[in-house]
Amino acid sequence: MKNYYFFTKKMCVGYDHKPLIKDMEIALQEGEILCLIGPNGAGKSTVLKSIAGQLKLLDGAAYIGKDDLSQIRADELAKRMSVVFTERVKAELKSCRDMVATGRYPYTGWFGILSEDDKRIVDEVMELTHITDIGEKDFDKISDGQKQRVMLARAICQEPEIVILDEPISYLDIKYKLEFLLLLQEMREKKGLTVIMSLHELDLAKIISDKILCLKGEYVQRYGTPEEIFESDFIERLFDINEKDFLGNEKLLAYMKQIAKSGNREI
Amino acid sequence: MNLNKKSRYIAAFSLLGAGVFTFFILNICIGSVRIALPDVAGAFGGRESNETVIRILWDIRLPRAAAVLILGGALSLAGYLLQTFFNNPIAGPFVLGISSGAKMVVALVMVFLMGRGVRITSASLIFAAFMGAMLSMGFVLLMSHRIRNMSMLVVSGVMIGYICSAVTELVVTFADDADIVNLHNWSRGSFSGMTWENVKVMAVVVSIMFLAVFLMSKPLSAYQLGDAYARNAGVDLRLLRVCIVIFSSILSACIVAFAGPISFVGIAVPHLVRKLLNTTEPILMIPACFVGGSAFCLFCDLLAKTILAPTELSISTVTAIFGAPVVLWIIKGRKA
Repeated sequence: MKNYYFFTKKMCVGYDHKPLIKDMEIALQEGEILCLIGPNGAGKSTVLKSIAGQLKLLDGAAYIGKDDLSQIRADELAKRMSVVFTERVKAELKSCRDMVATGRYPYTGWFGILSEDDKRIVDEVMELTHITDIGEKDFDKISDGQKQRVMLARAICQEPEIVILDEPISYLDIKYKLEFLLLLQEMREKKGLTVIMSLHELDLAKIISDKILCLKGEYVQRYGTPEEIFESDFIERLFDINEKDFLGNEKLLAYMKQIAKSGNREI
Repeated sequence: MNLNKKSRYIAAFSLLGAGVFTFFILNICIGSVRIALPDVAGAFGGRESNETVIRILWDIRLPRAAAVLILGGALSLAGYLLQTFFNNPIAGPFVLGISSGAKMVVALVMVFLMGRGVRITSASLIFAAFMGAMLSMGFVLLMSHRIRNMSMLVVSGVMIGYICSAVTELVVTFADDADIVNLHNWSRGSFSGMTWENVKVMAVVVSIMFLAVFLMSKPLSAYQLGDAYARNAGVDLRLLRVCIVIFSSILSACIVAFAGPISFVGIAVPHLVRKLLNTTEPILMIPACFVGGSAFCLFCDLLAKTILAPTELSISTVTAIFGAPVVLWIIKGRKA
């Protein structure tokens, strides 16, 4: 086997002992970006939660580095993996800087007081993610785009090797979507961060990912590079899109084809 | 900015501390007999030889004021824990029926034991109250699994409270004992009749609890972000939850065992303190809530003693007058 940083063996995920997706085999090298795509309700969030250790695996195993995920202590895992979930984070009376600083939790002492080192890291990460200017603003009062940025900064502040993101750009406008992905790539380059995330934006997933995992039904539909995924009519099948449904609406049909077809990486 | 925050915290704590100090002194001086400050100083300095004054101060006023200080802080702390636990700004031991549950079991035990002429110790009272508190807490937790809506959670807590209060009333009405007057007073909430023995026991229990809660301030701060992020930070959520439930129940039990159910302090004080400090950081909120609760209860007890003197108001009457508007204010301030 190659030198994979993150990989799973026959991983089975689901809620309440009911398997949702079985026999998952994922393998990622350090610094790679993996996107999970698939229709609504396909289990993308469940997979991400399971990988993040928030849900117990029903079967099989997942590994970070050489370590079995289920064997890593929670406080140890916190130093290696961070998350940005879709749940609204509660942030009453917290400034953006306070929010970013919560990422230092695994590193602070018994009372959670930030050391000078911690503060320096918070400053650096805020600089890196371009949120220094909103640092003192109330987290509850900034825009969604800024919030996602702060949450990413928080995740990076945790100094992880791998970060898990659930639909991180879904509610952002196009500018923030692009900025956010740009930031992710920057972090990957600068910190060697491995990224696993779910995306609804297929066109963007195609551009940014090294690997794509397609989910639908009980088993992984397909796992591979964007070129392998976006070929022939696979995307149409994955999302149950029928050309017949588009009769009389050429524009939407063209749009759909443009996203789904391979070989258009140059656009 | 940082300096700004720090001076705000210092100012807030000084204010709360000054409040405790002032009201403590006033509570000692004011009562059915007014004792001037120099006489108080004299009594403790050993110069004053008036036996009655010394007795009043030492046997009645001081233990009572000390009890108010300890229990007021405990009450507010219990409220803070429950609000954090349920992520609900109007959760508190009284609203969720925990006080009433404790009250019911204590009343049952008291009537049962009194009828048999058994002397009741402080420790056994606390234990009975703890069982009652856990009983109500169990119901509330059961409900909270089924309903995600937080106002419904409060409603079910209030209902549990009513049921427990009804049972208590029944027990109190049908028990025919000379001590029933006491029991009746207690079941409405009162700080009167505290002894040094009571104070010693509550001081030990509450200070241990305070320390335990304070040591949890880091996981509590992560818990405030929500389950997913707390877990990602490495917090053992199950252990933390168990600790919060047990600690808040012990605190509530301790209050009910000695002073009966007291309304609104647990909700109003943490909210006011949060506004004062302008932070939710548990490491600051925990001590501030305690001191704030002490100051608030000392103030309310002072009014309870004096407004209609020589008749004494139940403490809940006074705390409700000042606390209930705060609750309305909280509800008004919420968007959803």
